[in-house]
Amino acid sequence: MLPFQVTNSPFNEQQVDLLNRLWPTLTPAQKLWLSGYLAATEFASTAVQQEAHVSKEITILYGSQTGNAQKLAEKTGEALKSRGFHVHVLSMLDFKPNDLKKIDTLLVVVSTYGEGEPPDNALSFYEFLHSKRAPKLNHLRFSVLALGDTSYEHFCKTGKDFDQRLKELGGERLYERVDCDVDYEEGAAKWLDGVLSELNKQGGGSVTVLPQQKQVQPASNYSRKHPFQAEVLENINLNGRGSNKETRHIELSLEGSGIVFEPGDALGIFPKNDPALVDLIIQEMKWSGDTCVSVEGKEETLREALLSRLEITVLTEQLLQALVSFSRHPDFHVLLSSEQEVKRKEYMKGRDVLDVLRDFGPWDMSPEQFVSSLRKLQPRFYSIANSLLAYPDEVHITVGAVRYEAHGRLRKGVCSTFCAERLHVGDQLPVFVHQNPNFKLPKDANTPIIMVGPGTGVAPFRSFLQEREAIGAKGKSWLFFGDQHFVTDFLYQTEWQAWLKNGILTKMDVAFSRDTDQKVYVQHRMLERSKELFRWLEDGAVVYVCGDKQHMARDVHQTLIHVIEKEGNMTSEQAEAYIAEMQKQKRYQRDVY
Amino acid sequence: MEKFVLTPPDGPPSDVERIKRESNYLRGTLKETMEDRITAGIPEDDNRLMKFHGSYLQDDRDLRAERQKQKLEPAYQFMIRVRTPGGVATPEQWLAMDELARTYANGTLKLTTRQAFQFHGVLKWNMKKTLQAINDALLTTLAACGDVNRNVMCNPNPYQSEVHVEVYEWAKRLSDHLLPQTRAYYEIWLDEEKVAGTPEVEQEPIYGALYLPRKFKIGIAVPPSNDVDVFSQDLGLIAIVEQGKLVGFNVAIGGGMGMTHGDRTTYPQLAKVIGFCKPEQVIDVAEKVVTIQRDYGNRSVRKHARFKYTIDRLGLEAVKAELEHRLGWKLEEARPYHFEHNGDRYGWVEGVNGTWHFTLFVEGGRVKDTDDYLLMTGLREIAKVHVGDFRLTANQNLVIANVPSEKKEEVDALIKQYKLTDGKHYSALRRNSLACVALPTCGLAMAEAERYLPKLLDQIEEIVEENGLRDEEITIRMTGCPNGCARHVLGEIAFIGKSIGKYNMYLGAAFDGSRLGKLYRENIGEKEILSELRTLFSRYAKERLSGERFGDFVIRAGIVKETTDGMNFHD
Ligand code: SRM
Ligand SMILES: Cc1cc2nc3c(=O)[nH]c(=O)nc-3n(C[C@H](O)[C@H](O)[C@H](O)COP(=O)(O)OP(=O)(O)OC[C@H]3O[C@@H](n4cnc5c(N)ncnc54)[C@H](O)[C@@H]3O)c2cc1C
Ligand SMILES: Cc1cc2nc3c(=O)[nH]c(=O)nc-3n(C[C@H](O)[C@H](O)[C@H](O)COP(=O)(O)O)c2cc1C
Ligand code: SF4
Repeated sequence: MLPFQVTNSPFNEQQVDLLNRLWPTLTPAQKLWLSGYLAATEFASTAVQQEAHVSKEITILYGSQTGNAQKLAEKTGEALKSRGFHVHVLSMLDFKPNDLKKIDTLLVVVSTYGEGEPPDNALSFYEFLHSKRAPKLNHLRFSVLALGDTSYEHFCKTGKDFDQRLKELGGERLYERVDCDVDYEEGAAKWLDGVLSELNKQGGGSVTVLPQQKQVQPASNYSRKHPFQAEVLENINLNGRGSNKETRHIELSLEGSGIVFEPGDALGIFPKNDPALVDLIIQEMKWSGDTCVSVEGKEETLREALLSRLEITVLTEQLLQALVSFSRHPDFHVLLSSEQEVKRKEYMKGRDVLDVLRDFGPWDMSPEQFVSSLRKLQPRFYSIANSLLAYPDEVHITVGAVRYEAHGRLRKGVCSTFCAERLHVGDQLPVFVHQNPNFKLPKDANTPIIMVGPGTGVAPFRSFLQEREAIGAKGKSWLFFGDQHFVTDFLYQTEWQAWLKNGILTKMDVAFSRDTDQKVYVQHRMLERSKELFRWLEDGAVVYVCGDKQHMARDVHQTLIHVIEKEGNMTSEQAEAYIAEMQKQKRYQRDVY
Repeated sequence: MEKFVLTPPDGPPSDVERIKRESNYLRGTLKETMEDRITAGIPEDDNRLMKFHGSYLQDDRDLRAERQKQKLEPAYQFMIRVRTPGGVATPEQWLAMDELARTYANGTLKLTTRQAFQFHGVLKWNMKKTLQAINDALLTTLAACGDVNRNVMCNPNPYQSEVHVEVYEWAKRLSDHLLPQTRAYYEIWLDEEKVAGTPEVEQEPIYGALYLPRKFKIGIAVPPSNDVDVFSQDLGLIAIVEQGKLVGFNVAIGGGMGMTHGDRTTYPQLAKVIGFCKPEQVIDVAEKVVTIQRDYGNRSVRKHARFKYTIDRLGLEAVKAELEHRLGWKLEEARPYHFEHNGDRYGWVEGVNGTWHFTLFVEGGRVKDTDDYLLMTGLREIAKVHVGDFRLTANQNLVIANVPSEKKEEVDALIKQYKLTDGKHYSALRRNSLACVALPTCGLAMAEAERYLPKLLDQIEEIVEENGLRDEEITIRMTGCPNGCARHVLGEIAFIGKSIGKYNMYLGAAFDGSRLGKLYRENIGEKEILSELRTLFSRYAKERLSGERFGDFVIRAGIVKETTDGMNFHD
C-alpha cells in the first residue's frame, strides 16, 4: 500500500513519519490485532470517520484582486472544515501548479478584471493551466465559483475559462460553475450548498460527526448587507479654481460603528441616483413617482426605488433582454437578435436606461415590470485615504467626479457626482469596509516603498504615509504623482510637502500633463529616474500602483519592465520574470480601477 | 580738501546682509530651487536674492484662505519688473512685452510709477523662458529691484524733444553705469557658462559684495514738469535748460516715501538741493553719492537703511562735504528752476522737431482688455504701425511719442477706433489720480488701492461735480500700505491703507511735488472718506483764492499743519 502522506492522511508530518517507519515493520498478525484494537475502542466512530476522510482532502484556490473571492474561498474552507473535510485554502499565486497531480478535489473561486482578465494573483496559474505544461487531470473533481459584474462585457470570463480548461484537461465537474454578479452572496451560497451535497453524495465527509468549528467573529457587525450610516464631517473640493477636475476629499465619522480597516482597504458606498434623471425617466413613461412598487419584497414609491435602490445608468445585456418584451419598437427586437451582438454592445456604450426608454418606445410596461427588470444599485468603492492611527473613528476618501458628454447628454457618474453635488456635512452615508489583502504595507516597516498614484490613485498613499508616520516607520518611501495642472490639481499638496520636510516621505516626483507643450506622465518621471528606481527595487522596495486601470497601470507596468531591462541589463523575458517574481513576493501590488 | 569724519551706525548686520554675503554675488541656490517641481515657490533666502534679478515671489492673496482649506499651497507666482530707463520702449519692445504678458503672465501689463513694465502671475516653470524673451527684446530685469540703484527715471518731456533725447541719454548712461557686474544673472537665466576662476572680488567695483544697505533711486526732472517727483528720489536731478540747451543738473539728495505705521522714527522725506553739476559730471556725482550710502548706510536696521536716514543722521552738510571730497571738486551753486506740476499733460501735443506725441490716460497703469475697453489690443495695433517710440510716464500713463506728422492720421485713427482715452472726459481729479498695485499681488498690502481707487473716484466725482470742481486739477493718490509706491504723501489728497477698507487720510502736499502732506484723519472707511471730502470740497469751492491749489488751501485754511520737513511729518 502507498505510504502515509500529509496530503492523503489526517496525520501531521511527525505522525506520518512515525507511521511510515512503523507500518513496514508490522506483521500481518500485528496489523490485524491493531485494527481490532482500534475498532474496539470508543474512538471507533471517529477512527472510521478519519478512515473515510483520508481521501477527503480538498484544495480551494482563489484568484482575487480586491478580496471578494478570497473572502468567499475562506468562508467555503471554514464550512468544509466544519464538516470534517481537510481543506487547504490558497491563493493561486502561492499554489505550486505541479501539486495539481497530487490532489483529487479542487474548488476554484476567481474574479475577473480589466477587460475579462484574471486578477493579478491568478495570472501565473491561469497561464500555466493554459500552457502545454498543464498536466492531464483525469483524477480531478472540481467546481468553479466565478465572480464578476454583468456591466462588463466579458462577464466572469476568468471563471468560465478555468471551468472550461479544467474540463479539457480531463477533470470531472463536481458541481456546475456558478457566475455571480456584484452582489455575489446568494450565488456563492447556492454554490456552496451544491458542492457540499455532491461531496456527501460521493460518500464524502458525513455532515455532523466532528464538532463544529467556531466561526471567526467579524470585528464589526456592519457589512455590505448591513452598511453603517456614517456622518459626513467634511466634504471639500481639492481642485483649485480654474481646474477641469473636481476631486472631493470626504471625511466620515465611524464613531460607534466598531468598524476597523487597514491602509490599502477600500470603502464601499451606497449612492443615490440623480433626482433629475429619475424624474426624466418617470416623465418619459408618464408614470407617477408615488406609484407603489416592490423591490425585493419591500414596498416603496417608484421614485424612491429609482433614487436609492436600482441601477438606472448602466446598461447590461440582461437588462435589455428583460425590457425587450415590453417594447413595441421593431428596431429594439432586431437589436437584441443574436447576430446583432456587435451593434448591441456599441449601443450600450455610454447610454443609460433613459436612452433605451426614449429610443425604443412605445412601451407596454408597468412600473412594477420596469422596476423588476432593473438590477440593484451597486455600491462604489473608494480607496481609503487615511489611517485609523492618525484619525481614529474616521474614514477619508478621495472621489473624482465623473462627468462626460455622450450622445448629446451630460452624463454624471452616480456615486461620484452624488458625493460632489448632493452630499453635505452632517448627512448620513451608508458605507462598509472592503478589505483588500492584496494592497498592504509591508509587515517590516523598514522596507522601502515606491508608490505610483496619479489622480485619485494617490488616495491610499495618504493612508500609507499616515500609518508609517504613526508607527514611526524607518523605511524609505518614494511617491510618483501626476495630474493635469500643477496649480490646481496637486491633490493633498501641502501634506506631501510636510512629509517631505519631516522625512516621512523620502522622495517625490510629479508630472503635470497639461502644463507643458508635450504631455508628461508619471511613467516618464519613472524613466527619468530609472537608475535610482532600479536601485530601490534591488534593495527590496515594494512597488504599489493605484489608479486608472485602462492606461496608467498598463504604461507604468511597461515602464517598470523597461527600467528593469535597461538598468539591470536584462532581456525583456528576464525583466518579465523579475516582475513576476516581485509579484510572487507581494512586492508588486496594484489597486487599479 | 579736509575730510569730514563720518561713522556708519553700529549694530549687528540684518539677516538680509547675511544672505547677500553668503550668496556669492547674488547666486544663492536659485539655480536649484527654481528646478524644484514640488513647490511653485522658492525659499525666503533665494527670494531676497531674486529681487536683484528683477523679480519677486508673490501669491494671489485673493485665493490664500480658500487654497489652504483645499490643502494646496498658496498660488505662488512671480512678479517681473523690466528696467526701461526713462520709460522709453520701441514698438518692437512693446509688442514683445505685450506678447509675454499674454503668454506667461496674467494677461495684463503694468506700467509702474517708475516708468517700468511689470508682469504679474508668471509661474516658476516659465520664468526662464520669460526672462530670456525679455533679454531677447534688448531689455533687462537685472537690478530692477533689490539693494541697488533702480530704474532711472526721466521726464518723457514731449515738448522739447532734443532736450529729452539728451536728458534721456544721461538717464540711460546713469542706469547702465550703476548696473551690478555679477554674472549670476546671465548664468542662472541666460545659460551663460560660468567663467572659471573669475576674480569675484573685482566683480562689483561700485557696490562690493554686499551691495547697498537698501534700494537706491535716481530720477531726472525737466522743469516745469516734476512728473518724476524729483524730491522723492534718493538722488534727484533737475535738468537746467538755458536757451533750449541742457547746461547741467541741480543735484538733490535724500528723498524717500516709505514709512511704517505707528513708528515715528520712520518718515517720508524730500530730497534737498545741494548744488549744480555739468552734464558730463553727473555720472561721477551719482557714483560717489551711491558709494557714500554704501559705506554709511544702516546695514543693521533695514527700515532705517535708506539714504534719507543716512543724511538726516550725518547731516546734509557733512554728506555734501564727503561727496565733494570723494569727487575731488566742489559742486556749483544750484541754478534757479521752477516746477508747475507733477502730473501728466494728456492728448496730442506737437514736439519742436515736427513730430507728435499722444499722452494716453492709463488708469492704475494697468494695460489690459475689458469687454468695453480694448486698451491692450488697441496699443498692440498701434505698435504694429508706430515708427516712433513709447514712453511710460511716472504717473503710470503712456506717451505714444515721436509720431511723424505723416503718420499722425493713421495712429489717431487707431486711437479713435479703440476709443483710447486721453482722459479728457474724466474729472481732472481722476486724471491726476495714482494708485499702487496693492492687492491681490503685493505681499505687503494692508488694503486695496489699484482695484479700489477707480470705484472710489466714481463717487468722489459726484461730489466734485456738485461743487463745480470738475476741471480743477487736484492730485489724489492711494497706496495699500505706508511704503508709498504711488508716492502717496506727495498727493494733495492721499490715502494710505491700514487694513481692508480702512485708510489714513493725508492733506496739504504741494501740487508741484515740493511739499509733503500731513495726517488729517486716521483709519477711516468709505463713508467717512466721502463725507470728509464733501465738506472739504465745498469749503475749497467757496473759500479758495483765485488759482489757489487745494494742497495750499487746506494749509491756509488751517485744516492741516504744513509739513516743512520730513522730520516733522508726524508732528
Ligand atoms: C510697481 C510699483 C507700484 C506701482 O503701482 O507702480 C511698486 C510695487 C511694489 N513696491 Fe514699491 N513700487 C513702485 C514704486 C515705488 C515708489 C515710487 C518711486 O520709486 O518713485 C516708492 C516710494 C519711493 C521710495 O522708495 O521711498 C516705493 C516704495 C516701496 C517700499 C518702501 C521703501 C522704503 O525704503 O521705504 C517698499 C517696501 C520695501 O522696500 O521694503 C516697496 C515694495 C514694493 C513691492 C515690491 C512689494 C514687496 O516688496 O513685496 C511692490 C510690488 C507690488 C506688485 O504686486 O507689483 N516699494 N515703491 C512701483 C514700481 C516702480 C519700479 O518700476 O521700480
Ligand atoms: C478598488 C477600487 C478602488 C477605487 N478607488 C477610487 C478612489 O479612490 N477614488 C475614485 O474617485 N474612484 C475610485 N474607484 C472608482 C469608483 O469606485 C467609481 O468607479 C467611480 O467613482 C465612478 O463611479 P460613479 O458611480 O461616479 O460612476 P458610474 O455611474 O459608475 O459611471 C462610471 C462609468 O461611466 C462610464 N464612463 C466614465 N467616463 C466616461 C467617458 N468619458 N465616456 C464614456 N463613458 C464613461 C464608464 O463606463 C464608467 O464605468 C475605485 C474603484 C475600485 C474598484
Ligand atoms: C477595474 C475592474 C474591472 C473589472 N472587470 C470585470 C470584467 O471584465 N468582467 C467581470 O465579470 N467583472 C469585472 N469586474 C468586477 C469584479 O470581478 C468584481 O467586482 C468581483 O467581485 C471582484 O472580486 P475580487 O475582490 O475577488 O477581485 C471588474 C472590477 C473592476 C474593479
Ligand atoms: S505701497 Fe504698499 S501696498 Fe502698495 S504696492 Fe507698495 S508695498 Fe504694495
